[in-house]
Amino acid sequence: MELDVGTEGPTWEDGPLTVTDFVRYQGASGDMNPIHHDTEFAQRAGFPKPFAVGMRQAGVLASWATDWLGPGNVRRFKVQWREQAWPGDVLTYSGTITAKREEGGQRLVDIEMAVTRQTGGTHLKGWATFVVPD
Amino acid sequence: MDNSIEGHRGKTFRVVVEEGKVREFARAVKSSNPAYVADGPQSTSPVTFLASSAFWQGPEHSPWGDAKLNWERILHGEQEFVFPGPPPAAGTELTAEARIDRVYEKQGKRGGTMTFVDVVTEYRDGSGTVVAESRGTIIETSQPPGS
Repeated sequence: MELDVGTEGPTWEDGPLTVTDFVRYQGASGDMNPIHHDTEFAQRAGFPKPFAVGMRQAGVLASWATDWLGPGNVRRFKVQWREQAWPGDVLTYSGTITAKREEGGQRLVDIEMAVTRQTGGTHLKGWATFVVPD
Repeated sequence: MDNSIEGHRGKTFRVVVEEGKVREFARAVKSSNPAYVADGPQSTSPVTFLASSAFWQGPEHSPWGDAKLNWERILHGEQEFVFPGPPPAAGTELTAEARIDRVYEKQGKRGGTMTFVDVVTEYRDGSGTVVAESRGTIIETSQPPGS
């Protein structure tokens, strides 16, 4: 696999998001915060409607990264949430290799990733380190 | 937010990386990678899988103690996972301990003080070796984020 600085992973599209997508993640993870599926609850908290579970998209971004660089190779994965994602959003997952280095006799790559909404807004940013696949 | 929670630790808890839960979780995060969804036991688990372990524990395992959180003002700001080797395989039995690593404040862009809480959970295998660490940053805003 060609893994030079600047190499981009194949982008993914996810969406349009539905509340069912959120509920599926909530059931799988055990995080039943009603703000992601109960409209009345979300409105009482000042939101127009339920919004996406941030950890779901973090998980999808990890799925994207591990499909590219290998599930067993990940050593660090970090996300930072920016603006919320909403039902109906179409999200694009992308990332680029920003560094190649050696540590403890292993070849590593650092990547920077983003999950972008169809509006151009950033839902989340991510950083990860993978062992270079053989 | 009560800053004295810094350093609090929950009681340790047992986490088994369960084959069916790995498959269910992989489906929920849109992965069809055979490493996660093929007939198990899978040789590794999804990167963010262990974050869900906290939702299945009793209150004694929580590092928050009696701290009162206003959930309408809570945001999940950052989340990090570190693995010294591959993420744990299905069937692995882990012992986890969560702690409030750090409590600190920052001024919000629109005024008001935001309180940041770093929650760290270490997952150790049977030999006591840390095989995964989760580090989350929770933010309490001075106003509900939706307002």
